[in-house]
Amino acid sequence: MKKLITTAAALALTAGMASAEGKLVVYHWFEYIPQELLDKFSEEHDVEVVMDTYDSNEALLASLKAGAIGTYDVAVPGDYMVQIMAQEGLLDTIEDGELANKGNIQPEWADPSFDPGRTHSIPYQWGSTSFAVNRDDFDGPIDTTDILFNPPAALSGKINMLDSQGEVMAMAALHMGIPQCSTDREQLKALNAMLQEAKQHWASFNSDTAKEVLVSGDASVGQIYDGFAAKARQEGANIEYAFPKQGYIVWMDNVVLLKDAPNRENALKFMDFLLEPENIAAVTNYARYVSGVEGVGPFLDPELAKQPESNPPADAGKGVFIEVCDQQTQEVYDQIWTNLKK
Amino acid sequence: MASKKYDLRVYPGFRGITLLCLVILYAPLIVVMVYSFNASPSITNWEGLSLRWYADVFTGPESAKFKSAARNSFVIALIAATVATTIATLSATAILRGGKFRLRMVSFGLISLPLMVPEIVTAVATLIFFNAIGFDRGLLTILLAHIAFCIPFAYLPISARMQGIESTYEQAAMDLYATRRQAFTRVLLPLMAPGIVSGFILAFIVSLDDFIITNFVKGAGVETLPTAIFGAVKQGIKPNIMAISTMLLGVSVVMVTLSWLISRKDRKT
Amino acid sequence: MAGGAATGGSSTSDTYAEARTWLLLPAWVTLGILVLAPVAIMLVYSFLTKEFRGGVIWEFSLGAYDQFFCSRGLFGDEPCSIEWTYIQIFWRSIWQAGAATLLSLVIGFPTAYFIATRPPRQRTLWVFLVTIPYWVNLLIRTVSMKFLLRDEGPLNDFLTGIGLLNEPLAIVNTNFAVQLGLFYSYLPFMVLPIYAAVERYNFALSEAASDLYAPRWTVLRRILLPSVKPGIVAGCILVFVPSLGSFLAPDLLGGARNFMIGSLIEEQFKGNAGNWPFGAAASMILLTMVLIILLIFARQQAKAES
Repeated sequence: MKKLITTAAALALTAGMASAEGKLVVYHWFEYIPQELLDKFSEEHDVEVVMDTYDSNEALLASLKAGAIGTYDVAVPGDYMVQIMAQEGLLDTIEDGELANKGNIQPEWADPSFDPGRTHSIPYQWGSTSFAVNRDDFDGPIDTTDILFNPPAALSGKINMLDSQGEVMAMAALHMGIPQCSTDREQLKALNAMLQEAKQHWASFNSDTAKEVLVSGDASVGQIYDGFAAKARQEGANIEYAFPKQGYIVWMDNVVLLKDAPNRENALKFMDFLLEPENIAAVTNYARYVSGVEGVGPFLDPELAKQPESNPPADAGKGVFIEVCDQQTQEVYDQIWTNLKK
Repeated sequence: MASKKYDLRVYPGFRGITLLCLVILYAPLIVVMVYSFNASPSITNWEGLSLRWYADVFTGPESAKFKSAARNSFVIALIAATVATTIATLSATAILRGGKFRLRMVSFGLISLPLMVPEIVTAVATLIFFNAIGFDRGLLTILLAHIAFCIPFAYLPISARMQGIESTYEQAAMDLYATRRQAFTRVLLPLMAPGIVSGFILAFIVSLDDFIITNFVKGAGVETLPTAIFGAVKQGIKPNIMAISTMLLGVSVVMVTLSWLISRKDRKT
Repeated sequence: MAGGAATGGSSTSDTYAEARTWLLLPAWVTLGILVLAPVAIMLVYSFLTKEFRGGVIWEFSLGAYDQFFCSRGLFGDEPCSIEWTYIQIFWRSIWQAGAATLLSLVIGFPTAYFIATRPPRQRTLWVFLVTIPYWVNLLIRTVSMKFLLRDEGPLNDFLTGIGLLNEPLAIVNTNFAVQLGLFYSYLPFMVLPIYAAVERYNFALSEAASDLYAPRWTVLRRILLPSVKPGIVAGCILVFVPSLGSFLAPDLLGGARNFMIGSLIEEQFKGNAGNWPFGAAASMILLTMVLIILLIFARQQAKAES
């Protein structure tokens, strides 16, 4: 017992020494960066890397707002969360010239709507969110969001939605052809009614096992991320990832510089490190998404380029980011979401 | 007595229900064990026998993380359960053997408070609180939070047991010149043993399984098994988690068997 | 409540009355700092103005409670009418938790009794047998449970295979699955307290009753159950109360088509809503409700005893 307490005390002590020199504290998703890459950075720059993990963009925000800001150097939020964090004043500004490799960012990602001019962030990985259909259960056309919101009888009651307001609402807006953060009352009422109607076709809301329900065949249709759909396919599910003509969701995770970062210099070094094609390609090969950096081609696993999930057909709709609504509009959306799940 | 047609202790059907109970408890674990040997990266499609996920646990890129997470979880669960059980035993003695006093109901209310507040609320509030008093997050903050929410889980079985023990036992001991302390340690505690063991086990499994509170009060670089497992789900559930779970089961079975064998040996000699 | 149950009976005494302050001090300090302080923070938060996307603005507001009880339409500009949404969510959770508690009691009591009547040396082994599965993470256990219960899962294959069913039983994504998930999450919390109480039971009482020609089920009901009641009460509290706020197992098995209290509150802190005061207010309402339920229970028990 005594030994245990001493061990615990020792562990607690080592964990408490947060601001030693040559350190970098990363707040990241779990299993989203290969350990070898962190080790490589440690060695190249003689910096000790400490990583903490979160399980959702919202959990990241809640934790930082509850007072964790100032203990981390960098985090990896999704597109809309970058914008929210910037609005909340949780991000530091990267001054011109502070990032040597900033020019490596692909032009289409150099000035995104969620972080104009890339003043707080650099691209990490990106992909899409749409839905996948089990081809054993349904062989009709699937290039429409009707599959989710107004499905053919064969699919009704066999649909899994992501348990996430952002993804469901954005997809619903695409389906109805209305702007994402619409303030038009008639449109909002119609959106509410459409979702109430669609719910009867849905078997479940589930994000944690979104891939598993497709592989096991419990769901014939599942709202899902492209990477998950690819994995489900590799696990033997006869599924096809859809690119609906109404459009689909694009997401991008980004490395951001947090406000009051205890090791700002090292954070910038780390961002430069991740802008080198060889390094970010290692992340891509590990996570199976797409990077936003020029010149990664030669370092990539050739399998990746052939993935149907990353290659939308020519007639696919537009990919859009989830938009960030203002407070008043967001409150209506919260109400619609509560109505849907009450 | 011998003329009784049946054993009064035995109720028909109870054995059957117990077996049903065990089947319900263990059936999902059989799935876990079987799929830990799956050759496929899927947890639902069977592709053949393989040890690749066990190899992955020991040599995979995340092996160091899972190892330290497992160690953290055990150290925390052991210490938290021990401290919580001690606090619960002392409190139960005061509440059930301390006469009537004004703070009695209040004390009981305080002890059961962690049960009544949803975990996410405790989690956010505790994080705010630790930040307000400038307490650096780390293993110690997890440990403190775990001790607090384990107390009611240890307290209820202990107090349920103590209510079944008449105070005449300790009175008799004290009439025979035992001190109050001796009456407590030599008479009450041994009688309490099954309650204390039950309380300890409940506290232990509650601590071992906690995710929400831990996720908020843990500091940079500190993972426990549940936070590691929930984090990994973002990339999809892989059979390596099944392999880890199977090994944990193995460890627990070995530990229980060992302690049973040792206690049996003790009794024989 | 258990403290109330604890107050009655001959087992209470004042043997350690002088030491009681010292005996309670560790609990007071630990819980006062680590639980009461955070709860106080949340109580305060429930009366503050919400900050958009999480956090609070330090201005007094009843907005959170207004949102709970007052429906003001989709756009929040209609006059107040009674809001049934959250009451409905609370009622659903209470009902599901109650059903899960009953299920746990029906399975857990006989199991606990059976364990307590094993030869003394086997008892600890049985207790471990019931708790070993809980070394495996809840998420993994629940996912595997779901795998078993699927329409084309092993259970349905078995039941249709032996000809008991023609059609597979649809369990996943039903209310019953939610109850099953809760039951499976908390079963040992029912078994262990009852075991600890029954193990202490003096079977001479049963003998005496039986000698007076009481049938055995009457003995169970009139003699055994009343004397192990503290264990049953403790078990029911340990299953019912955490079930109210739980969401992982019921969501995974039940499909999360409808909010439970736990997921509603979780959404306020970790979801898009980011409405901390509302989450805090809902928790305070839950807390008050549980306290009232336990108090009514304690009252009745005290009456029954006197």
